[in-house]
Amino acid sequence: MIDWKIAILVPILPALGFFIMLFFGGRMPRKGDWFATGIMGATLALSLSIFVHLFKQNSAYATILESTPWFNAAPGRPFLAGILVDNLSALMIVMISTISFLVHLFSIGYMHGDVRYHRFFTVLQLFTAAMLALVLADNFLTLYVAWEIMGLCSYLLIGHYFDKQSAANASLKAFMTTRIGDVLMFVGILIIFTQTGSFRFENVFSAVAAGTFTGNWQMWAGLLLFGGAMGKSAQFPLHIWLPDAMEGPTPVSALIHAATMVAAGVFLMARSYPMLTPEVFLVMAYVGGFTAIFAATIGIVMDDIKKVLAYSTISQLGYMMLGLGVGGFIFSGYTSGVYHLITHAFFKACLFLGSGSVIHAVHSQSMSQMGGLRRKLPITFATFIIATLALTGLPPFSGFFTKDSIIAGSIQLSGQNSAHILLPIFSVAAAALTSFYMFRLIILTFFGTPRDEAKYAHAHESPWTMALPLMILTALSIWPMGGHHDWFWFRNPVPLRSEVVSRYTPEGSILAVAHDKEQKAVFVETPQESHEHPEAASPRGLITAMKVVPIHEPEEEHAHHLAVIFSLCAFFLGLGGAYLTYSARKISAEAMARRFRPVYVLLLNKYYVDEFFQIAVIRPLMRLCGLAAWLDRWVVDGAVNATGRVTKVLSYIAGQFDRIIVDGAVNGVANSVAGVGRNLSRLQTGRVGNYLVFILAGVVFLGGFMFWMAVK
Amino acid sequence: MGPIGLQHYLVLGAILFVLGVIGIVSRKNAVGILISIELMLNAANINLIAFSRYSNKPIFPTTMPEAAYMDGQVFAIFVIILAACEAAVALAIILNLFNMFGTIEVDDADTMRG
Amino acid sequence: MNASTVIFWIIAVLAVGSAIVATYAKNIVNAAFGLFFTLLAIAGVYVFLDADFLAITQVVVYVGGILVLLLFGILLTNKNIDFVTVDGSRSYLVGTLLGAALLVMVLSILQLATWNNVPTAPPPGGTTAPIGYMLLKNYLLAFEFSSVTLLAALIGAAYLVRGRDKD
Repeated sequence: MIDWKIAILVPILPALGFFIMLFFGGRMPRKGDWFATGIMGATLALSLSIFVHLFKQNSAYATILESTPWFNAAPGRPFLAGILVDNLSALMIVMISTISFLVHLFSIGYMHGDVRYHRFFTVLQLFTAAMLALVLADNFLTLYVAWEIMGLCSYLLIGHYFDKQSAANASLKAFMTTRIGDVLMFVGILIIFTQTGSFRFENVFSAVAAGTFTGNWQMWAGLLLFGGAMGKSAQFPLHIWLPDAMEGPTPVSALIHAATMVAAGVFLMARSYPMLTPEVFLVMAYVGGFTAIFAATIGIVMDDIKKVLAYSTISQLGYMMLGLGVGGFIFSGYTSGVYHLITHAFFKACLFLGSGSVIHAVHSQSMSQMGGLRRKLPITFATFIIATLALTGLPPFSGFFTKDSIIAGSIQLSGQNSAHILLPIFSVAAAALTSFYMFRLIILTFFGTPRDEAKYAHAHESPWTMALPLMILTALSIWPMGGHHDWFWFRNPVPLRSEVVSRYTPEGSILAVAHDKEQKAVFVETPQESHEHPEAASPRGLITAMKVVPIHEPEEEHAHHLAVIFSLCAFFLGLGGAYLTYSARKISAEAMARRFRPVYVLLLNKYYVDEFFQIAVIRPLMRLCGLAAWLDRWVVDGAVNATGRVTKVLSYIAGQFDRIIVDGAVNGVANSVAGVGRNLSRLQTGRVGNYLVFILAGVVFLGGFMFWMAVK
Repeated sequence: MGPIGLQHYLVLGAILFVLGVIGIVSRKNAVGILISIELMLNAANINLIAFSRYSNKPIFPTTMPEAAYMDGQVFAIFVIILAACEAAVALAIILNLFNMFGTIEVDDADTMRG
Repeated sequence: MNASTVIFWIIAVLAVGSAIVATYAKNIVNAAFGLFFTLLAIAGVYVFLDADFLAITQVVVYVGGILVLLLFGILLTNKNIDFVTVDGSRSYLVGTLLGAALLVMVLSILQLATWNNVPTAPPPGGTTAPIGYMLLKNYLLAFEFSSVTLLAALIGAAYLVRGRDKD
């Protein structure tokens, strides 16, 4: 029987790999790329076995929780650090290690011949270790530590080509922008600690359940955590770093800026779900929904293939946040948000790696230099188009189910409270825009005639190390995760938020979800009256007895039907629009751009958010810095210089004192020592007899002295 | 003049030892120094054997009762062995000294004078 | 005052007297002969101490070996054919004074202690068998080391006095 505490090895393996790569990687054959990939393979195998182990337990509560005292936060209050593997993190580690492994494999081909090849793999290892540690953390503090390490790795990898000015700037921008969020998040964590006395999720959540952590503190802690998530997951208005982060190598974009690190914010919200308040949920839903449509509109005018994908990522992250936010009111929301994270990770990584393959082939990122590449890159084309279908939400590809579920959640919420009508509008419109810009990208890249003959002639299919990850990721995009509904709920990785659900559902009666004997998920009603299903009780002791209510409420069914219709309409609308504009040329993009020139310019300049930051934040900051510099120069420096002058005078006096008195004394001592030495050196006759006389005299003297002491 | 006891031997050893010391300190001739060293070693040996004779506590447990107080004599044997070594090496050194300086007066070999 | 006490005193005086000769003789050959008598007297002291094996060893090794070696040394390093090697004219005054001080110190320390004056019974069959037993039992390691040391000293001595290569 395996001790499942070995789950701790999941982050430790790549961490070890990092250290080995750091010190010995340069001396390994091929600079250790296969070593790093092998480490990731081992991590993937371990993650899979842990996932299967938890999966076989058929329970939403299957958990490996292992903590050990780390240090004493206060006398008698040891700070426990450990790993928490529940359904959510089990799914996450499989996703992370799969994509990391494939990205390693892809990078062997893509980064071939790079100057900093070794450094690249080393940092990838560190990043993977940090990300795995983040999802396995059982407390906010280690989560935060891993979070910051990821930020560092992101900085290093975006700035991989740091001799390029734009890459150096982009890495700095990414680091500084996410830092804003990180500071907010850290304040939030501190609030949590001061209010509950613990960093551990378990203790924090039980404090919430027990009602000792409530009110404004709870709300602000949640909002501040969401601030951190906004930075990391590139939510409006802190999204500005992500498009610039595309300066990094494409595998990095796939791993960090599409699949894993940017999902860390979403994961953080999912993890801290039980402690969030309705206000936080609403903020999440609106920020997420707005980000989804906002980024999608920018995506339709971008020319750089990676920038399009970057805005698409922002948009999809918005979807996830929307799903999670809606999940505070609609039960399906949490699952759809988390599942969208997973499915998106696979197909977006596939899209990025595919774009990497394209870039590798044509040595350009600009779509205006591509076209017709489907004949030259058949594998890339096939995988790209399937991943696109998954992203745009065509059944039966994975993205359809999760996106549809998010849209359904928003529709259901607006059905409950028509004040939230904007959310379904955002989500459906963003779906249409997604479909439009993605097919625009495909048409411009793979169809039509080559716009740059030289580059087209040069293009070639990538080696197998690049093609294989693409195919695997494509297969994972086809896999309809969460396809059938019962099955979908059955695999619900969500730890039950009984108290939250019971407090905020409109009926006020639904308590939790549990699994009955047919392993179907059910809603459970208020506990006090009936004792029909005691065996369905939660092991966390929140539910004592319950009444089983079928899950498919008519309202929800209705919302799902609507969502399917809307999202399919959006899909075909976007597809049709892209086809008419860019392939059939029935609509002239140029004419549209001329006609709606202000809008076009607005979009092209990304809504001037960067400029807004420039004016509203950076320029005042620079002014402030200028003022500080002026103060520094005239006030501080003046004081310093005056001090310096006074010191100079004083030191002149001290110098004279030194020269005459101290040096005199020193020289005197030295001279007398030299004289004594000169005299004493006469004793060194080199004659053994003399030495023996001295020794004997010494023996007699010391012996006599000791004897005298003894007698006395 | 009472009966001879341990003290007599110790005093004899001390006198011989001091004579050896005086010889070492005063002599210039390397062979003379060697003679004095032998004197000192013999003085030490007298002490060792006298202690062995007058000891009444065995140092180590032994299966041979007669050998219980023989440690001092064994030490004396080692001293003699080392004296032989020392004499051989010292003689070799003296011959070298003679080859180098043409004399065995140690004061003439003052290459290390400060 | 029995005969053995008288003999002890005679031996002791002989030892000290010839040691004085060994220390103070101007002629180094005389000093060597002084040492010869001292060693013989010490062998007698060993007999007094019931250390028969040691007494024999003393005579054989010291008188027969080391002393002969010394004489060889004197002869080999002597330029004077007249067999008179006079020690240099260093003053004995300092050495004697210091030695006297040392003697006074040692003797006064001796006075402080109470010594066990009752000798233990000597082994009935002589000391040779017990010494051999001890050497090969309790002191085997030291015995082996001393044999190695002896070998090393011999090799070292042979190396030191070897004929120089032509250089």
